[in-house]
Amino acid sequence: MSYIKKPKILRDNAKRNELGMTYNDYEGSMSTLCAGCGHDAITGAIIETVFDLNIPPHRMIKLSGIGCSSKTPAYFANQSHGFNAVHGRMPSVATGAQSANSQMYYIGVSGDGDTLSIGIGQFAHAIRRNLNMLYIIENNGVYGLTKGQFSASADIGSTAKKGAPNLQTPIDPCQMAISLGATFVARSFSGDREQLVPLLKSGLMHRGFALIDVISPCVTFNDHEGSTKGYLHTREHINEAVYTDYIHPLSEIKVDYPEGSTLQVDLHNGGKVILSKAHKQYNPVNRSDAIRGVRESSDRGEILTGLLYIDESQPDFIENENTIETPLNELSFQNLCPGSEKLAKLQQRYK
Amino acid sequence: MSTASHNNFTVKFANVNGTGSSSANGLFMKSIFRMGIPVVGKNYFPSNIQGLPTWYEVRASEHGYLAPSGGVDIMVAMNAETYAKDLGDVDPGGYLLYDSTWPRNILMAREDITVLGVPLAKMCNENFDNARARTLMKNTAYVGSLAALLNMEVAVIEQLLLDIFGSKTNLIEANKSALQLGYDYAKANFTCPLPFTTKRENKTDGYIMIDGNTTAALGCLYAGATVGAWYPITPSTSLMDAFTGYCDLFRKDEATGKNKYAIIQAEDELAAIGIALGAGWNGSRSFTPTSGPGISLMNEFLGFGYYAEIPTVVFDVQRTGPSTGMPTRTQQGDILACAYASHGDTRHVCLYPSNPEEAFHFSVKAFDLADQLQTPVIVLSDLDIGMNDWMIKDLKWDKNFNPDHGKVLGVEELEVMEKFHRYQDKDGDGIPYRTIPGTHPKGSYFTRGSGHNKLGLYTEDAQEYQELVDRLLVKWETAKNLVPKPIIDFLDSNVYAILCVGSCDDAIREARDTLTKKGLAFNYLRITAFPFAKEVEEFLKAHEKIFVVEQNRDGQLRKLVAMETGIHLEKLDSIRMYDGNPIYSRNLVQEILNRLKEDAAA
Repeated sequence: MSYIKKPKILRDNAKRNELGMTYNDYEGSMSTLCAGCGHDAITGAIIETVFDLNIPPHRMIKLSGIGCSSKTPAYFANQSHGFNAVHGRMPSVATGAQSANSQMYYIGVSGDGDTLSIGIGQFAHAIRRNLNMLYIIENNGVYGLTKGQFSASADIGSTAKKGAPNLQTPIDPCQMAISLGATFVARSFSGDREQLVPLLKSGLMHRGFALIDVISPCVTFNDHEGSTKGYLHTREHINEAVYTDYIHPLSEIKVDYPEGSTLQVDLHNGGKVILSKAHKQYNPVNRSDAIRGVRESSDRGEILTGLLYIDESQPDFIENENTIETPLNELSFQNLCPGSEKLAKLQQRYK
Repeated sequence: MSTASHNNFTVKFANVNGTGSSSANGLFMKSIFRMGIPVVGKNYFPSNIQGLPTWYEVRASEHGYLAPSGGVDIMVAMNAETYAKDLGDVDPGGYLLYDSTWPRNILMAREDITVLGVPLAKMCNENFDNARARTLMKNTAYVGSLAALLNMEVAVIEQLLLDIFGSKTNLIEANKSALQLGYDYAKANFTCPLPFTTKRENKTDGYIMIDGNTTAALGCLYAGATVGAWYPITPSTSLMDAFTGYCDLFRKDEATGKNKYAIIQAEDELAAIGIALGAGWNGSRSFTPTSGPGISLMNEFLGFGYYAEIPTVVFDVQRTGPSTGMPTRTQQGDILACAYASHGDTRHVCLYPSNPEEAFHFSVKAFDLADQLQTPVIVLSDLDIGMNDWMIKDLKWDKNFNPDHGKVLGVEELEVMEKFHRYQDKDGDGIPYRTIPGTHPKGSYFTRGSGHNKLGLYTEDAQEYQELVDRLLVKWETAKNLVPKPIIDFLDSNVYAILCVGSCDDAIREARDTLTKKGLAFNYLRITAFPFAKEVEEFLKAHEKIFVVEQNRDGQLRKLVAMETGIHLEKLDSIRMYDGNPIYSRNLVQEILNRLKEDAAA
């Protein structure tokens, strides 16, 4: 049985957010992933994110596909709505759900297998629609649940546990997303919560599709020498291009950023994303520059992280659909059914 | 032999597609309809945009039979490429009208029919200036000739032109003069009218001419569906086109001009069903129209919807399979594929409308059933119902209708609840309670296609798993009482019976009338839904032999009935017509007579 109830520890002095909710209120069931799995660290970062953002749990929808990564929505936000879809097709479910109610928060958790193989079509079209959701790829380069086959994100030359090298070109979701027209593309590492949490916050608050590709090592099948998605290799090759900070609406900017080195992006919710570039030549608000930057870095064998590209100006799915703000699932029947007289009148054209 | 009489004849138009013939053929049919004469149109069109043969068949029938007659009384042969075949298709004693501008191959002649040449191209070239008009007006001109030959009321046709073209006066004038050209030529050169003619009746009052994709779309509109997802596929495309048109008319928010609906053209059918399920799960009435290939792609998600218990409606406008098959031809080939779509123990509620009127009502019903039963409901229409113009009674809407959203817990109910569990069978009918996400903090739950127990939690426990799938069977039993009842026509004295589904209905009505006249009365049952209501079994038990008529090669309905009711297959004598054309009574009567003869001999 892979469902374990997590014991609740209630402390009188537990920190509460503006809704009066504790950290516990955003937790899920006990993880059944392997000890040390990167995914669990991401789960922790998600909990911190939604706690800090004061998201009412029942107003949040968490979705996933199939695979180790896709189990994780069960491990956070037990009081939220969960939808564990079929393999690679969470984006379509998210599209339908968002059509029915655009006023909820949508978090999708997927993996490199779920997104970059069977799900690559739906992933691309969710980007094309600019679906308003946070889409996290827990990327470990390997199929865990079926015990160690390469995924489509495995680098050329990266070896399997038993030594066989991968010979096929990897698919980089970030490069793909930027070139497809995504409006928010970030990369991070499960081992760097300090970087990950502000990215998750910015992504969730961004209007449109926010992709965060998180390198999340698989301790069981892809953390050995020769792997390019293990802890050691990732730490050694990480290169943070853009530091990101998220400032919630009405909050103060507490950090003094050195003048001239930062970019501020105003989000539609009133929040701000502060970007400080580590590299002068990298430009996260120009699509062509971003593609070149990520590409060149990848050619050097580096893992470029941070908020790689953002464009807050594009209309999202609901705006393009011209759907009313009132959730469609709240419209009364009287509001939707034209009634008997109109039906009679309408049929004149078929006489 | 052509036995046509007053208001009883079939005109078949052989055209080249992309030449504007469909407007003229529609004009012809609608004019007969407006003369109060029951009429039906069948379109035999290629999977192509321009240049290939296409046929349109108009049957006038004073009895209001809506299936093709199976014969041709007048052939309007406008396509040189298919001329030989078209000539051969005319019933002895019938007529063939052709464009005599060009010489006809003398070898292509028949003694037993009358050939009428009208110089359509020549007349139009002399009277119209531009090339497009010359092509289009040939069509209107042959309608003019037919009007003379069939004694039609020209004023009715002219009024229809006004209704169609509205303010486009130049088009009205052009069409009127083309109509006159054809009319005058026929009057001057042929004996008008022919032995069979039109004669004004009042049998179309209270009727409309409409196709089933349009009425199904109206059903979606009236049922309150707000999310439609689709991937274009013939012959279902016009369903979403119609829905889009109606939403544009009736679903705009007056204050903001924004849409009170979402129509999403998905990247494929895999996504279309995912979108529909996502929306249904999130509390919107949702649907996706498709055809057989789409059903194949949707299988996995349909099983998910069944197991996770999510309402949505799928319209399968069936076309000829297997594989791509013949996309513009009709069939009932998805009966088994839909009933048990997806791996594992799955079964789906299916509705089978028989004509556009039922397509409307079953469409509305499907949304209620999906909500009541919390499961995908598949409406199996077909190309004949979906894309052909049928004469049906005016659609009526009960203004007191309220949708049944099934067991949905609202804020008040959740507020006083200690804890909500998604999959508990509190009422013993196999249907649990659900919540709409976002309603209330207590309403949250986790939806998954993996093993889950009645509390909604993940499980790999043998007992918990089985308890849940067994409960789904209880729900299936409940469904039997909720789905539409079969249509039954039963007399104790009748020995034989016919059982069928969907668009076979009208050909069988006609066949039964014919057989009754021969002293062979048949009982009749038309399946309208799966699971089968108990009346189906009772009917089967009451007969020694039942002819099962359906439009597929493998006798899928027969097999489904046998599997689900336990009736012996031998009791069900299978009559299958599956060439891709709508079935008609002529062959059916012959086939039944043959079978009876074989029985008598045996």
